Parts: sequence; C-alpha cells; structure tokens
Amino acid sequence: MAKEKFNILTSTCVPLPLENIDTDQIIPARFLKATTKEGFGDNLFRDWRYDKKGEKIATFVLNDPTYSGKILIGGKNFGSGSSREHAAWAIAGYGFRVVISSFFADIFKNNALNNFVLPVVVSEPFLAELFASIGEDAQMQVEVNLPAQTVKNLKTGKREKFQINTYKKHCLENGLDDIDFLLSNKEKIEAWEKESLR
Amino acid sequence: MNTLFDKLWDAHVVAKVEDGPTQLYIDRLYCHEVTSPQAFAGMRARDIQCFRPKNIYCMPDHNTPTHDQDKPIEDEISRKQVDTLAKNAADFGLTHYGMLDPKNGIIHVVGPETGLTLPGMTIVCGDSHTSTHGAMGAVAFGIGTSEVEMVMASQCILQQKPKSMRITVDGKLGKGVTAKDIALYIIAKMTTGGATGYFVEYAGEAIRNLSMEGRLTLCNLSIEMGARGGMIAPDEVTFEYIKGREFAPKGEAWDKALAYWKTLKSDATATFDKEIVFHAEDIEPMITYGTNPGMGMGITQHIPTLESQPEAGRISYSKSLEYMGFAPGEQLLGKNIDYVFIGSCTNGRIEDFRAFAEMVKGKKKAANVVAWVVPGSWLVDAEIREEGLDKIFEAAGFAIRQPGCSACLAMNDDKVPAGKYAVSTSNRNFEGRQGPGSRTLLVSPLVAAAAALTGKVTDPRDFLS
Repeated sequence: MAKEKFNILTSTCVPLPLENIDTDQIIPARFLKATTKEGFGDNLFRDWRYDKKGEKIATFVLNDPTYSGKILIGGKNFGSGSSREHAAWAIAGYGFRVVISSFFADIFKNNALNNFVLPVVVSEPFLAELFASIGEDAQMQVEVNLPAQTVKNLKTGKREKFQINTYKKHCLENGLDDIDFLLSNKEKIEAWEKESLR
Repeated sequence: MNTLFDKLWDAHVVAKVEDGPTQLYIDRLYCHEVTSPQAFAGMRARDIQCFRPKNIYCMPDHNTPTHDQDKPIEDEISRKQVDTLAKNAADFGLTHYGMLDPKNGIIHVVGPETGLTLPGMTIVCGDSHTSTHGAMGAVAFGIGTSEVEMVMASQCILQQKPKSMRITVDGKLGKGVTAKDIALYIIAKMTTGGATGYFVEYAGEAIRNLSMEGRLTLCNLSIEMGARGGMIAPDEVTFEYIKGREFAPKGEAWDKALAYWKTLKSDATATFDKEIVFHAEDIEPMITYGTNPGMGMGITQHIPTLESQPEAGRISYSKSLEYMGFAPGEQLLGKNIDYVFIGSCTNGRIEDFRAFAEMVKGKKKAANVVAWVVPGSWLVDAEIREEGLDKIFEAAGFAIRQPGCSACLAMNDDKVPAGKYAVSTSNRNFEGRQGPGSRTLLVSPLVAAAAALTGKVTDPRDFLS
C-alpha cells in the first residue's frame, strides 16, 4: 500500500447506515487467500455487492451511481470481528481514504491507520445528521481536516473535533510507518532484552 | 495496587513514544498462512531478517483440508498460501509445523497444549482469537499484518495501552452449562462492542472452577465483545495443565518459573477501569439467533422483539433476523437444523470431544444431519483415539476429520450451503461465515451433540440425568 500523505480531504461520501459491520462482510474469508495486498478492493463487501451468479445487486450502495467519493460512512461498531488487515486493504484498494463511524473495533482501527486510511470517530447525533444530509443530497461533501482534527458536514456546516494520537497523526501527515520507527530503535530493544529477559 | 494486566504490560515496556503508543516487547509471535505472507513480503522489500527468529512459530491452519492431508491441497490458491508459509519460514529461519506434523493444528490449540504459551508472556498473532492464550495468564491479543511485520522486524509492537475491566462470575454453573455458555451469556449482556478498548480479566468462583480447556474457550471469545484480550490469573489448574508439556520448563527451570507464575495475580486492592459481576446461576445453555455473537439467548428463551431493540439498531436487527429466517418473538427449540460442526479454536480441545462423546454414546446421529467432527490439532486427535472416543463417535455415526480451522470460516471445502442451518461450536455467526448464505447457530459442544442426535435445536439437559 502506498504511504500516501494525509492532510485535508473534501469529498462526497458513500453511506452504509448499518451497525456492527464486521470484517467478514467487508471482505469474506474465501477472498483471503492472496499473498499480496493488491486487488482486495474488487471484493469489498462482496456478498452485499454481488449475487450468487456474480451479478451486481443494484440496491447496494456501491452499485448505486448516485453515491461515490473517498469517504465511507458506517454505523456503530464498524470493523468488528476478525483481525484481517485484508479489510483495510479492501477499503483502501477501493479508493476510500476515510471511514467515519460513531464507534470502531480496536484492531480494525489500527489496521486502517497502518494503511493510511483515517478512521474518524464522531458522535452519534453527528453521524445521524451525516446520514440525513446524504439522504437529502447525495452530492453533499464532508471535509476531513487532519491537522486541525476536525470533520465538517458541508451541507449543515456542523463541525466536530476528532481524536488521534500525536504520533499517528505525525505518521499520516508525513507518510511514515511504525516499522521505520521501530527499526531506528533497535539498540533500545537490545538493551531492554539484556536487562529484562530471564 | 496493580492489576495482573498492568503488571505484565509494564514488565514488557521497552519505551513510551511521546504523546503516542507504547513500544511493547513480544515474547511469542504465532503466524498462520493467511495473515503472514504480506508481512514476509514487506520484510523482503525492506531487505531485513527477523530480529528474534527463535520467538516466532508458524503453522498453517485456516486453509488446511480436513481430509486427505497427505495429498496436495486441491484448491490451487489455498495450496499456494500454505506452501508460501513453509517457504517463508524456511527462508527466515523460523520454526514451522506443516500439515501432518504431529504438532500441527489450529495455532490457538497448539500453543497452550505444547507449552509454547506460558504464564507471564506477551503473545501476538495475526488472528483475533489470539485472546485464547490469555487463559494461561498471558497478555495475548490479535493484530493486523502490518503489526505482524513490526514484530518480525523488531520483536516489538506499538500499541496504545487498553483500559482494564474485570468480569467476575460468581456462584456455580448449573447442569449442562459450560464455559461456552458463560462466554455467550457475557457477550449477549455486553454486546459485541461492549468491551472495545478494554483488556478483560475474568475472576470469580465459576471461572476458578473451570478446567484449563474451559478457560481457553472463555478467553478465546473475549474478542467477540470487542475486548483487546481476556485473561485469567494462573493457578494450580494452570500449573497442572502445563507441567510435562513438550516446551514447558523442566527441572530447576520449572521450579523457578513456578515461583514466578505464582506471583501473577491482581493485587487485592487493584482498581479496574470497569468492574462487572454476573451470577453463574442465571446462565442456561446458550444459543445465538442472529448474525453477530452478541445476539444470543438461553436455549429456552424467545428471540427478542423488534420493539425491545434500541431504535438506531432496528434496521440492522431486522436485516439480521431476515437473513437467519427467524421471526422476532419465536423460540428456537424444535427448529430443524442441517449441519453440526464441533471444532475450532473455541471448542476443538479434548474436553469438548469428551463432552460431545458423553452425549452421543450409545445413540445415533439424526439421518438428516451432516456432522463435521474436527479436532483442533493432531495432539487432540491422538487423545481422542487414546481415550477410545473415536469408537463412540463411529458407533453413533460420526466420522472424525483431520485437524484445522475447517467450517469455522470455511476457507477450505467445509462449507455450509446457502440457506442451511449449522449448529456450530465455533465463534462467529456472521453472514456467510460458514459459507456464502450459511446460517450459523453458535452453541456449546453439549448443545451441538443434542442437535446432532435429534436433528433439531434441543435442550441438552433433556439428555442429562
């Protein structure tokens, strides 16, 4: 996955107003057999997106030309279940850079950040208003400002702050990953091992 | 004044990143074939070796067929993934237990039973059910593939320290109620996101009275309420289980380890960020009726009505019941079922097969039921045969398959067809989890056995004298 720097993103959104969207729905297990990170976007939400014959299910939001954009909005407890990072690869591979929800599962949140997809936690009223705004106007945009840590519904003008730790924010803004950091830190690890391992 | 979790976490902190995560040292990295190839590819791209290859153990389990493991895997992509793990392990100098190796099996079954998992350790794996190992008094949690690569590269991981929660289960379990039922009961009460952000310690009389296998089942399911992990302070049950296992310390090393393990408990005055208490007497054999593990109820109960659900969740709730083909308010007892699966990292240990065998002994499998009996590992398979359980299964019409994750997530051929009902001892009832369109009812091995005998959802207490 490219380490694409993140700053301010303004985009239309794809709404998926369901709760508890688990990673088995985001990418079903039978598509986890690849040994690379590419191509998972094609099977994002596979069983909601295609029927048994492989035909597109017209009513599913990804098949509805009314909706597009780099921001996916999901209901409460997004990304629960399996730790599969393939879910983050599928979301990034499809072209999303941001997922907005009122609540994320822990492992998914880490996986998203490690793939330069920003999980944005908003309050439930803010989320409900986002879904309502999109319902009224599918072309409405949302602005996600990482430096200011704000997310703004451009239809209503409502804005909220979101949380991200300073370290991860720095990584996203500068296209750095954790492994770069850890590799620069090996002497500390060796010193710790000498001190602490029985 | 510390919790057990705090003590183990703090003992593994290498550094704290300013305004950021903790750099935590990892004692064991377990790797399976599905979530590791991209991490190895990343290591190659960076042109680096594993920092501490001796602390990394690899085994295929997700794709492995449950028959003819001596022959090449028929599914070409599965075969490639399994072969890739073997090659990666060889190239990076890591221990690898391939198919048919006596130490192969589901990684979360093999770790504890070989003594690779020990109290006081930090353990990670690219698999959410890594929480299982916490039952031994370890800090164990599932991670993504980028994080697997971190640990390969540095034997460390960057993590935010979770908050602490203690779940106490007081009292004694009733007849036919198992560790699986405790877990499904807790998840139903907590919901699937109720412990997100927390690391859970289980305590109380009902937990202390569980066998090691039961504790592993309970901690395994911690992730299903969103918890980062679950753990149980080690005690005599733990030490007795570990003693003599292949990689357990021996002789003087055992004495030294034991003395340390005995110190591993939360201080009496430790404070948890959240404390929750349940009563064992309130728990009956459980069954799920929906498409997440939090949608569970006592087997005699009725599916909650739509009106009883929070308004924001009603669309998801209706969609879930529609998928399952169930109506709000109805009872599941007596419903016809099609498949029974006993196995997985949740209930694929010897105690689970003993329980199943005790129920089906001298009886016959219902003719309309397809049953998959899948040991969690070759060691479990060997125990089944040593104890003669295989004869009981055979006489009752059940064939034992070869070990692996199998129908829990159906990455191999063990797929439940669309629309069919599977009564399953596994861990997830998500849409399509056991095959596209499959409908899963999560249960204990006892409920699974009762359903296998009658072909219907059945209260196992009807069979217990």
